[in-house]
Amino acid sequence: MLNTQTTFVLYDEEAEKVKEVIDNLLKASNAKSIYLIDKNGQMIASTGNVAEIDATSLASLTAGNIAATGGLAKLIGEKEFAIQFHEGEKDNIHISIVGSRVILVVIFDQRSSLGLVRLRVKKASNTLTTIFDEISAKENAQDGMPGRANPFAEITDDDIDNLFS
Amino acid sequence: MSFINYASREINCKIVYYGPGLCGKTTNLQYIYQKTANESKGKMISLATESERTLFFDFLPLALGEVRGFKTRFHLYTVPGQVFYDASRKLILKGVDGIVFVADSQEERMDANIESLENLKENLEEQGYDLYKLPFVIQYNKQDLPNISPIEELRRFLNPTKVPEFKACAMSGVGVFETLKAIAKLVLMDLKKGTR
Repeated sequence: MLNTQTTFVLYDEEAEKVKEVIDNLLKASNAKSIYLIDKNGQMIASTGNVAEIDATSLASLTAGNIAATGGLAKLIGEKEFAIQFHEGEKDNIHISIVGSRVILVVIFDQRSSLGLVRLRVKKASNTLTTIFDEISAKENAQDGMPGRANPFAEITDDDIDNLFS
Repeated sequence: MSFINYASREINCKIVYYGPGLCGKTTNLQYIYQKTANESKGKMISLATESERTLFFDFLPLALGEVRGFKTRFHLYTVPGQVFYDASRKLILKGVDGIVFVADSQEERMDANIESLENLKENLEEQGYDLYKLPFVIQYNKQDLPNISPIEELRRFLNPTKVPEFKACAMSGVGVFETLKAIAKLVLMDLKKGTR
C-alpha cells in the first residue's frame, strides 16, 4: 500500500500505462469521461470528454465523498464501500476504489449502462492494481535514497522566494 | 502526502486550515480567492450549511508558479470548526502536508483555541503524525477586535514551540497572505529535505 506519509511520485512510464488502461476502459464502457484520483484528492489521470468538467473540483469532492463514505463503513463495521453509483437525469457517476488506494470515476450517459460500466471497471481495476503495486514497489526500493525520486532536493531558498515575488 | 507527477510536471501539496468554530478559516480562503489572479486559482468549493457554517470542508486550489520546471499547486482546505464535527475533521487531515492553526484572538475564545489545538494534535497522532514535526504556522486572527488577549498570552498557550506566527484580520486581509506564504515555504522546504 502507498505510504500515506511519503511523497507519491508518478513517473512518465507508469503515467503512460495508467493512461492506456483508462483510455481502453473509456472505449470498452462507452463512457463520456474517466478520472483516476488518489484518496487525498489529487488527480492522477483522466481521459474522454474532460474539458467540460472542473477536474480539480471533481477530484477533491470525490476524495471527500470517499472519505466520508469510508467513515460510514467503519461505523457499521465494514472495511469500505468499494462502489458507489449516482444516477442523474442525463449523466451518471460510477465511483469505485481500486486496490484500496485510488479512486476510479466513470461518467456515462444513456449510451452506456450501469451493467456494462461495472463489468468493464472490474477488469480495468485489476490491471490498475498491478500498476499501482509496481509504483509502491518502486517507492519502497527508493527508501533511504530520498534525493533520487525528489526533484526538489536541489531547490534553494531563492527558488522558493521567487514563487512569491 | 505531496504528489509529484512527472508526466504533467506538477507537484501538489495539501494545506489544512484548522481552528475553533468561527475563528475565520473560511474567511482566510475567501480573501485568498478574492485577491488571486484568475489564472492562478481554481474554483473555490464550500460545503456549508444554509447559515454558512462549514459542514465538511472548503477547498481552494492555487497555482503558485514553477520551481525547477515543476508547476507547484497548493490545495487549501479548511475543516469544520464546531466541536461535534470531529469525524469530518479527521478525514480532512488525511494526507496533509502543512497546517495553519487559525486562533480567535478574543479573550473569551481562549478555551476554544486550546481545545481545538489539543484536538488537532490528537487527530494527527491517530494518523501517525506529530504536529510539531509537520510544517506548521499559527495565525492570531481577529486582531482588529477590542477584547483580544495579549499576544504574550496567546503565544504562551498556543505556541510553546515558537513556530512562525502571524497577527491577522482575515476580514480585511491583514496577515492572510503572510500566513499562506509562510506555510507554503515550510512545505516546500520539507519536500526539499525529503524527510517524510
